[in-house]
Amino acid sequence: MLSSLPRRAARQLRGVAAPSLRGAARPLSTAPSDAPEEEPETKKLTMVAAINDALRIALKTDESAVVFGEDVAFGGVFRCTMGLRDEFGEERVLNMPINEQGLVGFGIGLAAVGSTAIAEVQFADYIFPAMDQICNEAAKFRYRSGAEFDCGGLTIRAPAQAVGHGGHYHSQSPEAYFAHTPGLKVVYPRDAYTAKGLLLSCIRDRNPCLFFEPKILYRSSVCDVPTGDYMLPLGEAEVLSPGEHITCVAWGAQVHTMARACERAAAEGVSCEVIDLQTIAPWDMHTIRDSVQKTGRLLVTHEAPLTAGFGAEVAAAIQDACFDHLEAPIARVCGADTPFPLAFEKLYLPDELKIYDAIMRTVQY
Amino acid sequence: MVKVSEFDKVFNEAQRQGRLSFYFTNRGEEACSVGSGAALRDDDWVWPQYRELGATFWRGYTIEEAANQCCHNELDATKGRQLPMHIGSPEKHLMYVKSNLGQQVPAANGAAYAMKLQRKGRCSITYFGEGCASEGDIPSALNIASVHGCPTIFFCRNNGYAISTHTDDQYKSDGIAPRGVAFGMPTIRVDGNDLLAVYAATRAARRIAVEEGKPALIEAMTYRIGAHSTSDDDSKYRRADSPEEGYDSERAYWDARSPIVRFGRFLEARGLWTAEEETALRKTERAASIKALNDAEKRAQPHVKHLFTDVLDEPPWMLRQQQADLKAHLAKYSEHYAEVTAEQIESM
Repeated sequence: MLSSLPRRAARQLRGVAAPSLRGAARPLSTAPSDAPEEEPETKKLTMVAAINDALRIALKTDESAVVFGEDVAFGGVFRCTMGLRDEFGEERVLNMPINEQGLVGFGIGLAAVGSTAIAEVQFADYIFPAMDQICNEAAKFRYRSGAEFDCGGLTIRAPAQAVGHGGHYHSQSPEAYFAHTPGLKVVYPRDAYTAKGLLLSCIRDRNPCLFFEPKILYRSSVCDVPTGDYMLPLGEAEVLSPGEHITCVAWGAQVHTMARACERAAAEGVSCEVIDLQTIAPWDMHTIRDSVQKTGRLLVTHEAPLTAGFGAEVAAAIQDACFDHLEAPIARVCGADTPFPLAFEKLYLPDELKIYDAIMRTVQY
Repeated sequence: MVKVSEFDKVFNEAQRQGRLSFYFTNRGEEACSVGSGAALRDDDWVWPQYRELGATFWRGYTIEEAANQCCHNELDATKGRQLPMHIGSPEKHLMYVKSNLGQQVPAANGAAYAMKLQRKGRCSITYFGEGCASEGDIPSALNIASVHGCPTIFFCRNNGYAISTHTDDQYKSDGIAPRGVAFGMPTIRVDGNDLLAVYAATRAARRIAVEEGKPALIEAMTYRIGAHSTSDDDSKYRRADSPEEGYDSERAYWDARSPIVRFGRFLEARGLWTAEEETALRKTERAASIKALNDAEKRAQPHVKHLFTDVLDEPPWMLRQQQADLKAHLAKYSEHYAEVTAEQIESM
């Protein structure tokens, strides 16, 4: 299913090094290639390898870039930083003590003076000690200084979402907390291909970015990934599969769960428009709106708990933009309002069957 | 130091008169910021807390710039975003002051590390009070600085009070200095009211930072003669009794040994200064501060569109929508928004 989904062409940057000086223009994420269109060389990579590749390209093309976090020196607990220290040296790939507020603050300082800071928080569940730094410092750095300063060079990567056995503290999806703070970008890839392109865009974007990597896909997502330097646009949702009866929106690993539910519904004659939101902040409301104005129905699904999850924002905005078009209440199929359980993970999660059931109820409303 | 002192008096009074929303003084701590500021290179990065006006003026930040920010007028570089005295300047390598405590300290490490990688002989200095030192950001930063050899100068102004909290309620250790030792860095405790001692200590710390690639901690013992800010009444908590006989109060004791008094006497003893010169200098500085305030007050406020700019590098669609909504609202109910001109609404 996934390999048959239409894929956006990679926008290849040829020989464009990201300048390291603050204030210098960075290559736009949608900058077209000057060379004649040709299929880029690709390689089958896991998401881990694709992320590793993105980090390698970032370190190679930007001499100011520093990668740092807990255990990154030996390669990282998920191997995302394998080989980087050997290739780029111990000054640029740093093990940090166990201290999220300290390492994120370090990244803010690096970025504030014009360097590129690529931080790793070992699990998204451990990002909370750094929330003050992220929400009070990084997010407000540009606004509070009248744009005299910014820490756009900061990217924080963290493995997130369910992994099958993670329990409370290895499974969380914290995007809603950060989407609620103006001044941040929040991004989720859905596979190896989007991981490399979106991560490079985050690293080069002139705003502080949070890049949440669905850890369950680290090894299980294998794609043809262009070997060169490419970026995918932030702030743009992707319609993976067009449909007529209902718009279905998800991000990260949940895109695949939702896609399988849509296939089940298709067998019942329901045509679903499958959309990967990709960027949670700022989210691509217009693509969703255009889709719902066509289909008249919306379903949003995320692993994070239902109440005040990002699905609530999508639902509120779309009921405002599409009130006259809606044929049914907007469906949200989400995690329960509980901490993420261990033994009951399967029952907690918005699984394929729950999504399928909600699709059918919505179209039959 | 005198410039800071006179600026403080004018602007503190202005707040009491209702001309400013807020102000905090540097009374008694002028040597900490002037002495340390003078020991740095102009392009070393300064990450302040908020009571370091001396280091700011030393770099050439003007009283006019400060006045504009305090009055959040159209010349305020921050476009009216923050409280008074939340100042900074990229040209002068001064990071912006913000209201919350401690976050600047880990960030100073990142800037210092970037300077180390660039090998241009620069460092960072970051300031915090003894109260702020209780925040988790501070030991976090001390540790990371030591581990990675960040050329960060940690400057703690131990001034006796954190708002109303005396140091007896802030720590049971021997001040802040042991924390530098605990995290493995060169540490010094200095008389924070001795301008030349502060200067010498910071010079030494800078040399360690830049030449040895190590952080250093300076704990400057001083005293906050004024209130925390215009928002508190320090008569409710300041200890009454002088530590020694011969002074009416704790404040009077420290007033008598404030940095300006001590440095003034030092210069006088060497025939380099007189009381008359001090009076004249104070008069000049006061007049300049008053003029700066008056000029700043007369200028227009920032354009209302700046509510929405600088959140991200480019405004996202929701901000453009909210700006359009506000524009329509202001136009519809303009009589309720006398402070916003028709021209401003039109050009939103």
